[in-house]
Amino acid sequence: MKVGESVRRPDGQAKVHGSFVYSSDLHVDGMLWGATVRSPHPHARILSIEAAAARAMPGVHAVLTHADVPGEKLYGLEIADQPVLAIDEVNYWGEAVALVAADHPEQARRAAAAVKVEYEVLPPVTRAEDGRVLRHVKIRHGDQSAHAEVVVRGDYEIGMQDQAPLGPESGLAIPDGAGGVDLHIATQWLHVDQQQLASILALPREKVRLTMAGIGGAFGSREDLSMQAHACLLAIRTGSPVKIAYSRPESFVGHVHRHPGTLVYEHGADRDGKLVYVKARILLDGGAYASSSTAVIANATCFSCGPYLMPNATIDGIVVYTNNPPCGAMRGFGSVQNCYAHEAQMDKLAAALGMDPVELRIKNALKTGDRLITGQIIDGPVPVAELLRRVRAFPEPAGDGLMPGGYSNTTHGEGVKRGVGYAAGFKNIGYSEGFDDYSTARVRLFVHEGRPRVEVHSAAAEVGQGVVMVQAQIAGSVLGVNDVVVLNADTGVGSAGSSSASRQTYITGGAVQAAAEAVRARVIELGESELGGELPVGNEAALATLLGDAVIEETREFRPRATHHLDPETGQSDAHMQFAFAAHRAIVDVDTELGLVKVVELTTAQDVGKAINPLAVEGQLEGGAAQGLGLAVMEEIQLKDGVIRNASFTDYLLPTMLDMPPVKMDILELGDPNSPYGLKGVGEPPTISSGPAIVAAIRAATGREIDRVPVRPHDLTL
Amino acid sequence: MVLELRIETTVNGGRRVVEDVWEGESLLHVLRERFGLYGSKNACEQGECGSCSVYLDGALVCACLVLGGQANGRSVVTVEGLDGDRVQQSFVEAGAVQCGFCTPGLVVATHDLLHRVPHPTEEQIREALAGNVCRCTGYAKIIDAVNLAARR
Repeated sequence: MKVGESVRRPDGQAKVHGSFVYSSDLHVDGMLWGATVRSPHPHARILSIEAAAARAMPGVHAVLTHADVPGEKLYGLEIADQPVLAIDEVNYWGEAVALVAADHPEQARRAAAAVKVEYEVLPPVTRAEDGRVLRHVKIRHGDQSAHAEVVVRGDYEIGMQDQAPLGPESGLAIPDGAGGVDLHIATQWLHVDQQQLASILALPREKVRLTMAGIGGAFGSREDLSMQAHACLLAIRTGSPVKIAYSRPESFVGHVHRHPGTLVYEHGADRDGKLVYVKARILLDGGAYASSSTAVIANATCFSCGPYLMPNATIDGIVVYTNNPPCGAMRGFGSVQNCYAHEAQMDKLAAALGMDPVELRIKNALKTGDRLITGQIIDGPVPVAELLRRVRAFPEPAGDGLMPGGYSNTTHGEGVKRGVGYAAGFKNIGYSEGFDDYSTARVRLFVHEGRPRVEVHSAAAEVGQGVVMVQAQIAGSVLGVNDVVVLNADTGVGSAGSSSASRQTYITGGAVQAAAEAVRARVIELGESELGGELPVGNEAALATLLGDAVIEETREFRPRATHHLDPETGQSDAHMQFAFAAHRAIVDVDTELGLVKVVELTTAQDVGKAINPLAVEGQLEGGAAQGLGLAVMEEIQLKDGVIRNASFTDYLLPTMLDMPPVKMDILELGDPNSPYGLKGVGEPPTISSGPAIVAAIRAATGREIDRVPVRPHDLTL
Repeated sequence: MVLELRIETTVNGGRRVVEDVWEGESLLHVLRERFGLYGSKNACEQGECGSCSVYLDGALVCACLVLGGQANGRSVVTVEGLDGDRVQQSFVEAGAVQCGFCTPGLVVATHDLLHRVPHPTEEQIREALAGNVCRCTGYAKIIDAVNLAARR
């Protein structure tokens, strides 16, 4: 049980046998089922809500509206602007208006359909250009009137991507009979849910206890509240346990999405290919409510130029309110949208200069000690050029795989062209802009059945990434014990922060390391005389003898180095804590007659600092690349006048095993001097540059100027 | 809720009877909410993701696309009752499990594939499991797991 080993998942056995309890599997005797009445309009005034008929239906126990919310009626991660239940207007299609609890889920659905809401339909704002500004981040770096010999421009458009975690939003709220509630829930951050719920329910925090239920993937979709408050409200009102489990169509309106955007870029360089300036305007559609839009636009702006040295930059990043579905966190968090733009621009610039696109990138690659466009000096290893060289060095595969169109046999090779494309990207790890980033861990050492056992307790959300085994590995390494049990996450221990921003291994890993080291220090104290100050690492019998009946427990908080607010006029600041880099090469075959794309292979190189669990790291690089491929060539929430037209897995296309190629990878462990074990956050970089590399490869195959993702067949044929 | 059904079926080798089933309940709902067999998962309930893959009279089906009533008098095998240890252990060892929501369906589908094709090629694996969506792994480790199981 050590850091650096591919330790197996402790939840693996339960997951392969079907006994792992996900939030949608929760059940207790006598529980009711909740259902949600949702707006059929993207923008409307609510004139009346008539619930009497629904209340009188068989099996129905309660129908609630905003009037039944006892505390704060608005909530939100950054800005409390989203109603728990719509008050006098609805601002997006699918917004929650009322709730029903009934004995059977079908009774609940039918009663929800029987709640009569009278609307006065209002014109929706559905174009970001017409939206109200939520945040405008400005970067004014270097010479604002810089000129260059070679200039390229481009307008890019990014579609709205869904996280599509396989486990739909769900949970079970159980009233405690004393005015409080226990919520069993799949969430990325227990304590921020608890804080919002206490405010909504007008309860002290200790009366709203959260326990993590099994999470069927997250990818950003579980940062905001979905059904948490609704289930608690119904449970407290009815006095019965209430389960809410969204269907897939409801899940599409039950969580935020990746921001769609339009990005207008101008790059200037000298004749030798040295970058001189960028001017860019990034416009993201935040939808109806703020969610984490203010942080997403900061990222999109701060990392707008990619991992290249840019002496002069004029960047305006704007996120707006519209009546489209709310957008917020998704893996990559603002750095995905801008990567499509800056990498397309680098290829355009290479073409204008007659340079090799990889050479152009290497020539301008960020290095340790360089100044970012936010003015921050970047420290630690910055291997951008090395990553690009490595992905280029992999041998290219032969062309003997499936053709575009696969088993449909739509071509036997006629009209098929191959292309190769490259991209590099980077982003921040952990929270930025002065947000207090910390985690808490409790580590307990005692003798269990004659052997030392370590228990680790934190509130870190195991979303599939493997933070349960990472915590066990770290505690096991520090204490030299193999029997390490990671307790289920709950609010009985301090906050771990969210499983997002690729931060959990770093921050909760740091907290576990600190708590385990504190336990180790006490063991050494205990055994000072017998052991000469040395922990009997590897000698569990000696440790067990030393411990006897003693239980040694320590709790620690861990904070990485602090970050600072962006200057509102110039965007200059040490706003970020750590940076992670990756590069991808994509090889595609395109059927130029039908517009079908087959991604033949992805190659990636990424500096992970230190691979705490190498097998899990590989899984992040492969899985993250698959989500990048999805946005590049297939995944898009299709909106028409604010209405989602494809809210199902039949119509929202996800990469299958036939779409996703092998990923060849080179994992670098260069060691960050500031982090525990030298590790870097791993989860997001694979999703950033994978898609842009694929689009670059499609451009190379077709010769077309593709300026929109996902790339659709008609973009390649008409 | 006028028409209510009585379903008598064999699940994982044992006889199961349930009364008062609403006619619209899927086999997936009956397995999960009536029999407490939550291993078959409810990711899309539209036959697109394969997370609810079970055997119905030996044929691989999406339980969400079968009405509960259709299982009357027939035999169902779910991940909980699968004779699938080599597949299950291979998934754990190969790192094919992350969030795990797709895993039970993939385990059943892999079991079915290896029964039909004991030593599948990579293309055969990709084609056979293309109906099982995984959002976490990017599939590479799942293919490794199938190959590992085939070698056992």
